[in-house]
Amino acid sequence: MGLLNNHGVFERHSLILTIGILITVSIGGLIQMAPLFYMENTIEKVEGMRPYTPLEVAGRNIYLREGCYVCHSQMVRPLRDEVERYGHYSLAAESMYDHPFQWGSKRTGPDLARVGGKYSDEWHVDHLIDPRALVPESIMPPYAFLAEKSLDFRHIQDDLKALRAVGVPYTDEMIENASMDLRAQVDPDIYFDEQDALVARYTEASGREGTVQIRDFDQDPDRITEMDALVAYLQMTGTLVDFSTYEAEDLMNAR
Amino acid sequence: MVSAFLCVFAVLAILIAGNAADHLMGVHALLFFSAIIAWLVGIALWAGKLGDRDPFDETQYEDTLVKFGVAASMFWSLAGLLVGVIIACQLTWPNLFYFEELGWTNFGRLRPLHTSAVIFAFGGNVLLATSFHVVQRTTRARLFGGMWPWFVFWGYQLFIVLAATGYLMGITQSKEYAEPEWYADLWLTIVWVAYLIIFLGTLWKRKEPHIYVANWFYLSFIVTIAMLHIVNNLSLPVSLGSAKSYQLFAGVQDALTQWWYGHNAVGFFLTTGFLAIMYYYIPKRVDRPVYSYRLSIVHFWSLIFIYIWAGPHHLHYTALPQWAQTLGMTFSIMLWMPSWGGMINGVMTLSGAWDKLRTDPVVRMMVVSLAFYGMSTFEGPLMSVRAVNSLSHYTEWGIGHVHSGALGWVGFISFGALYCLTQWLYKRKSLYSVALVEWHFWLATIGIVFYIVSMWFAGIMEGLMWRAYNDFGFLEYSFVETVEAKHISYIIRMVGGLLYLSGAMIMSYNLIRTAMGHERINQPADANPVSQPPAAAELQPAE
Repeated sequence: MGLLNNHGVFERHSLILTIGILITVSIGGLIQMAPLFYMENTIEKVEGMRPYTPLEVAGRNIYLREGCYVCHSQMVRPLRDEVERYGHYSLAAESMYDHPFQWGSKRTGPDLARVGGKYSDEWHVDHLIDPRALVPESIMPPYAFLAEKSLDFRHIQDDLKALRAVGVPYTDEMIENASMDLRAQVDPDIYFDEQDALVARYTEASGREGTVQIRDFDQDPDRITEMDALVAYLQMTGTLVDFSTYEAEDLMNAR
Repeated sequence: MVSAFLCVFAVLAILIAGNAADHLMGVHALLFFSAIIAWLVGIALWAGKLGDRDPFDETQYEDTLVKFGVAASMFWSLAGLLVGVIIACQLTWPNLFYFEELGWTNFGRLRPLHTSAVIFAFGGNVLLATSFHVVQRTTRARLFGGMWPWFVFWGYQLFIVLAATGYLMGITQSKEYAEPEWYADLWLTIVWVAYLIIFLGTLWKRKEPHIYVANWFYLSFIVTIAMLHIVNNLSLPVSLGSAKSYQLFAGVQDALTQWWYGHNAVGFFLTTGFLAIMYYYIPKRVDRPVYSYRLSIVHFWSLIFIYIWAGPHHLHYTALPQWAQTLGMTFSIMLWMPSWGGMINGVMTLSGAWDKLRTDPVVRMMVVSLAFYGMSTFEGPLMSVRAVNSLSHYTEWGIGHVHSGALGWVGFISFGALYCLTQWLYKRKSLYSVALVEWHFWLATIGIVFYIVSMWFAGIMEGLMWRAYNDFGFLEYSFVETVEAKHISYIIRMVGGLLYLSGAMIMSYNLIRTAMGHERINQPADANPVSQPPAAAELQPAE
């Protein structure tokens, strides 16, 4: 074959070989990845998605830190058994503010995309402290230390700023009040006014009532713990989008 | 030069340590600083002892570095496999292997430690050591850059330590196989660019007209990993004093970027890099030319072209647009052919030397690694078919698939190369004990079989249980019933891992005794007929 006889060019010139390799391995990635950034129908138009509250961001960061993604997916596939087990299949829109995404690749434990609201706060706290106390066959590690550890949110404002810089639409107001918003969400008895402001801000972003849950998530009124943040995040997952207005059949939502 | 470069980083590290916004970053900056100081002291002591000796003598190969690489590979393989056995125990006996007061030993933090230790620490060091060895022998030139190859070696070890300690402290980007945070990523980028320049520089110095096929594979590994690493780790640190960063991409775009990276870490780190090992060490060990020059050209270019498309098969039935899933699946199936091209080229290289399979267990190990490569590159395309994937995804089947490739292919070809390198570099007539290589081979092979069979069983079972319906049309099993059903499989998997680890321990013992110059007296006479190959005259099957 003539083509093969010319292969000597690559074998004699290391730079030509390097450039040849670079071009060959770039084509596939460019064709697959680039369109996702400009095709408008990559992400569905839905109602209800909003940036996460500071407490939810802090909780999500604990979820990342502990490596929950190695055992729990956050991606319900449109298969009959999954929809019945976990709820409506996941939409791209639901992870549009996830830097990074947490779809996961392995279900050593169940999917968590829609765990929000399925169990009580007490259940989550007890289960995280000692999983086998509630589910004897469980193989999940214990996370009792989360209830002991005060949440470090000195830099929560910087977190929100960084998230805004990578594209999450936090308003100036949200960033200014990040720290107070965090406290208000978990201490409803102390911060009445701040609580209203928090709800107003994030409800406006969501365009939908009732997406901000305010309570003492770990039932420890003395302080704000990592447990508070993690449970607040878990109780929010999968609850933001209003599926009563979502039309799967709409052509704009066919991907 | 290197010292001045290191000083710059020492200053940077101490600045960051002073401004650390969180104590984790402070710990890491100080760790980094002390490592660099220790490094500078090490260089000074080494330079002081040199006397009149020219350490960068152009008439000699840089083999000391390769010996260090062999030792590091051995060490990290034991560490990585041990963590693997521990986390397998955690999933099997959670009551015994989790400690409430030691949160940092939980599965979520140890699993990235295991994957990074085996892939990047063990696999990475094998690739560094073998590439530095192969590129010198096939170009008949000393490594380019004087001290810089040592910078790459120690810089890479420093990256591993940063990554590993980070996982235990909870510093993670939480992207699979790309967990290290932004500053560790930046450091690796610098080390990697130096690696590329050294590799290319050595090629420029070559005294052979042609670039040998193994070097095409090494080059594609180095270049592509650089591209993947940089794009997938694009992130914005919360501040310069903070260990935390946020990914530039979100949701669906981030998912595709991640699996473009993740799948091609398999493709270019664990495949092309190790194919390069195959293309040098198998022909060398059996003293035969590579089977087909044309096949090596065709499968090289088609492999690297097609691999890069296959990522979306990790995202079947997800919120990724379906056209991307279909593309990923199509190319994954096409990938079967170039993969088997490599396997055929490697196995057929034994033509005329098949008896070595019986007499030299090192050759047998490398050929069995190709058999596992063939098996897992057939299993991969199968699992990438959407209908199969709907069953296999999220289950233990994936874990089994990964390990048949990792333990069978990557592990065995690496062990083969480590045996060859130790024997050749220390100029020994044979290994300390060929019988121990037999033990290693059989323990490890049985271990792999235990591992993958138990995971096939567990994976297919749980996949079927998740979708099982009872007569009333309800889901038959709760999730935790599927967890409980895997207990026996988990025990078998743990035993398999333990067998594989014991094999690696036997290998380490054997390699250390070989390096020390010991030899078993009662070796079988024909145990190791391959003599020490001459250093300069090289096989050039590509010509």
